Amino acid sequence: MAVKVIIPTPLRPYAGKRDSVNLEAATVGEALNSLTSQFGELRKHLYSEDGRLRSFVNVYVNDEDIRYLQRDKTAVQPGDTISIVPSIAGGARA
Amino acid sequence: MATQTKNGAVATAADAKTLSNQEVLRYSRHLIMPEVGMDGQLKLKQAKVLMIGSGGLGAPLGLYLAAAGVGRLGIVDFDAVDFTNLQRQVVFGTSDVGRKKLEAARERLQNLNPEIRIDTFETKLTSENALDILRDYDIVVDGTDNFPTRYLVNDACVLLGKPNVYGSIFRFEGQASIFGYPGGPCYRCLYPEPPPPGLVPSCAEGGVLGVLPGIIGCIQAMETLKLILGKGEPLVGRLLLFDALGLRFRELKLRKNPDCPICGEHRTIHKLIDYVEFCGMRGEETPATIASAMPEITPKQLKSRLDRGDDVFILDVREPHEYQICNLRGHLIPLGELPKRVSELDSSLEIVAHCRSGKRSGEAVEFLMKAGFRKIMNLKGGILAWSDEVDPSVPKY
Repeated sequence: MAVKVIIPTPLRPYAGKRDSVNLEAATVGEALNSLTSQFGELRKHLYSEDGRLRSFVNVYVNDEDIRYLQRDKTAVQPGDTISIVPSIAGGARA
Repeated sequence: MATQTKNGAVATAADAKTLSNQEVLRYSRHLIMPEVGMDGQLKLKQAKVLMIGSGGLGAPLGLYLAAAGVGRLGIVDFDAVDFTNLQRQVVFGTSDVGRKKLEAARERLQNLNPEIRIDTFETKLTSENALDILRDYDIVVDGTDNFPTRYLVNDACVLLGKPNVYGSIFRFEGQASIFGYPGGPCYRCLYPEPPPPGLVPSCAEGGVLGVLPGIIGCIQAMETLKLILGKGEPLVGRLLLFDALGLRFRELKLRKNPDCPICGEHRTIHKLIDYVEFCGMRGEETPATIASAMPEITPKQLKSRLDRGDDVFILDVREPHEYQICNLRGHLIPLGELPKRVSELDSSLEIVAHCRSGKRSGEAVEFLMKAGFRKIMNLKGGILAWSDEVDPSVPKY
């Protein structure tokens, strides 16, 4: 059984319009690497040029923020859900 | 000071401690609930809530807060109602198009509930006026559409120690939480920095399903009422995610960041800053790196070249559903598919790329130039400008 990565609406155009992707990985870093090698366009949206996860993109394993776990090295178990949650600003005005 | 309200009841400032018979009748479905009751309804009557923005989120918020009897409702907005608002901003009607949003909203809300006081602030919220405007209110509800205002509202609420009921939407997806609650996290704990302009599509570009702001705005309204009543479990330390297509609510843990620059132990921000600059949006319309090298053609220039019979290949980088609304009979390759469909283009031809407003096609031109295309231009202002300057029969959307 694989790990499920949930793709947020704003990033779906760069992930073949998929809302989630199942893949094999042992850590969050591996999962995101595998995801961005499958969908190259996603990389610049997730990582800055120096290879760090962008500060307006949060990644969760199940309901926990990886910043408070072991970040990229956070281990994942089969059946875990990884969520990518970018900041969105929509609200008032057209 | 006594004021005559529309239904003839006389309300006075001292009356904030009691309900008139009219009010008892109006709020009877609240009063018979033990979770609200007379005490709760009086708390609502004494509450002061400030709404930032009266758009998609603000519309249901304003309606429900007014209906529930929140005694004083402030609204900050500076826009006018336009036709594209009506699909989701249910506080306005067709006859309001062209009017100031504040004027139209006040009229509608006051008609819904003449017992409450409505304060309007016709201004953009800025670092200069935010603290003065927010100071008088107990709770701030953030329904804005842009990152500078989001960070401004967050910082002002943290500095003033006021809870900030947050909601945000994109297409079919929404987020909600409460920031700035004593001991709880703030927006900067969640997202220390905003995305650079252009990386995340705006609502105007991305669109939004009309009911979505209704749902998220109602969650904000519910959380606001709970904060006032002091009942239930507030959405503090939790980020609620709503996916309308899958109809799924998910909840993520939201922690207070000990290193947060504004609410952490060693905070570095002690006063409001320049948020437009913070969000990298000085001169946002033309990011220097792109603008300087971007070859452009105006709609009029393109029209005269086409009329002359020049062989110009029109590349439309919008989505198929947009092509159905209107098109310039161009070859359709949505921006997201361009990398893998680039072989459909002949680099020896002169290509004019266009989208709705010129932004996505700008990205396409940049991409194609990197891919070696030399005879490529961006249609300045997109199909909107084409409609304005060349052919008004093309609908704008």
